[in-house]
Amino acid sequence: MMIEVKDLYKSFGRIQAVNGVSFNVEKGDVLGFLGPNGAGKTTTMRMITGFLPPSSGSINVCGHDVAKDPVAVKTEIGYLPENAPAYDSMTVINFLRFAAEIRGYHGKERDTVVSTAIEQCKLDSVRHQSIATLSKGYKQRACFAQAIIHNPPILIMDEPTDGLDPNQKHLVRTMIREMAAEKAIIISTHILEEVDAVCTKAIIINKGSIVANGTPDELKSRSPSKRLDEVFRKLTLGEEA
Amino acid sequence: MNSIKIMATIFKRELKSYFESPVAYVFIVVFLVLTGFLTFFVTQLYERQTADLLPFFFWHPWVYLLFVPAATMGLWAEERRSGTIELLLTMPVTMMQAIIGKFMAAWLFILIGVCLTFPIVFTVCYLGDPDMGVIMCAYIGSILFAGACVSIGMLTSSITRSQVISFVLSFVFCLILIIAGWPPVIRVLLEWKAPVWLVDAVTAFSLMPHLQSIQRGVIDARDIVYYLSIIIFMIMSTHIVLDNRKSA
Repeated sequence: MMIEVKDLYKSFGRIQAVNGVSFNVEKGDVLGFLGPNGAGKTTTMRMITGFLPPSSGSINVCGHDVAKDPVAVKTEIGYLPENAPAYDSMTVINFLRFAAEIRGYHGKERDTVVSTAIEQCKLDSVRHQSIATLSKGYKQRACFAQAIIHNPPILIMDEPTDGLDPNQKHLVRTMIREMAAEKAIIISTHILEEVDAVCTKAIIINKGSIVANGTPDELKSRSPSKRLDEVFRKLTLGEEA
Repeated sequence: MNSIKIMATIFKRELKSYFESPVAYVFIVVFLVLTGFLTFFVTQLYERQTADLLPFFFWHPWVYLLFVPAATMGLWAEERRSGTIELLLTMPVTMMQAIIGKFMAAWLFILIGVCLTFPIVFTVCYLGDPDMGVIMCAYIGSILFAGACVSIGMLTSSITRSQVISFVLSFVFCLILIIAGWPPVIRVLLEWKAPVWLVDAVTAFSLMPHLQSIQRGVIDARDIVYYLSIIIFMIMSTHIVLDNRKSA
């Protein structure tokens, strides 16, 4: 088991953002985390990556408890936050060198991992450009490169294809599929076609709770029309649908 | 060992980010022009006919008051505004390593500006025979003073996403700590018949008396402890603020 999440709760003041979420992810899984905006997807991911502490519950990543040994957990994870933040004033190559150094690569080793990541994410043409001048697709890939630079066993991506054009979406999905076999991957999305395109498992989360958990085909079979969007509407809107 | 390497990486990135934009060079040039102008024209270094740097060091707190908040306002506010704080803190670093790395970078940036004032030392050496011990002490005091201001600026930068608000807050915060021990303030307190312990406490908190005693050429452990404790307190406060507000 690479990621084990048990009874996770998180509240911000009176708002209950995550309400008793439990799930497991194994090697080779691509878990699609679905839900409407504000369902608690980002909060859950931030807790797994150690950015936010849970109010209660436990998260175990590759045998390390996030609460007890956050740094060990962070070394196992590659994380692409929502909107792909990156240091605007840095050039792509300097940004990746920084990410590599923080993860303990120095000297020649650093240059090797940086050039591998640049190649994998097809960033060669913009390597010396500052991130502020990049288009959204390149910026997304620069941040993606940062997430895979240490070849992590676990990859967590928060809306990795949000705001990209169809070609760029295709490229990102291809990259995810290529890496799927040897990693455990979690991607959050509200784009349902993505689940069909890359995921082996899917969780639908609404108002902080898991409302469905299974393979994409299992979820589809819940609706007479075998369409994921109908299942999604039914589960997240309840009676209103 | 590893921890130091990580801090050094954060430190390097932060320091480089100052020099990635022309702002840093403009900043340093304006800093030097302003200190030079104040020293030579306002306090009239030549006309005093004395080979010492008292008029020069007299201006340091006031120049820092303007420049340190400008140098520190982006430290955390910008990370929070652009969301890179999420990136930084999900890398295998502890919050403390990130804070110390950034603090050192901002402090060194100010230090670079201060070191570039060296021609003024040569000037008085050429014109007369100044007491180099006193000058060295004054530089050390000035650097410690700057460190305290940088730590205050880092704290105000951590409580907001707006660099402007951070600038104003740290300006006010530093100003209060500078004027707390100023004779006019003490006079006002005495006129209010404030108890002696209160007047003493206010003066003891002020950044100025500690600087003045170092500038006279006396390095007292108490003054150094004072500045270091301000820095440590501000670093701890930044840690607490960020723990609570990093995602806000």
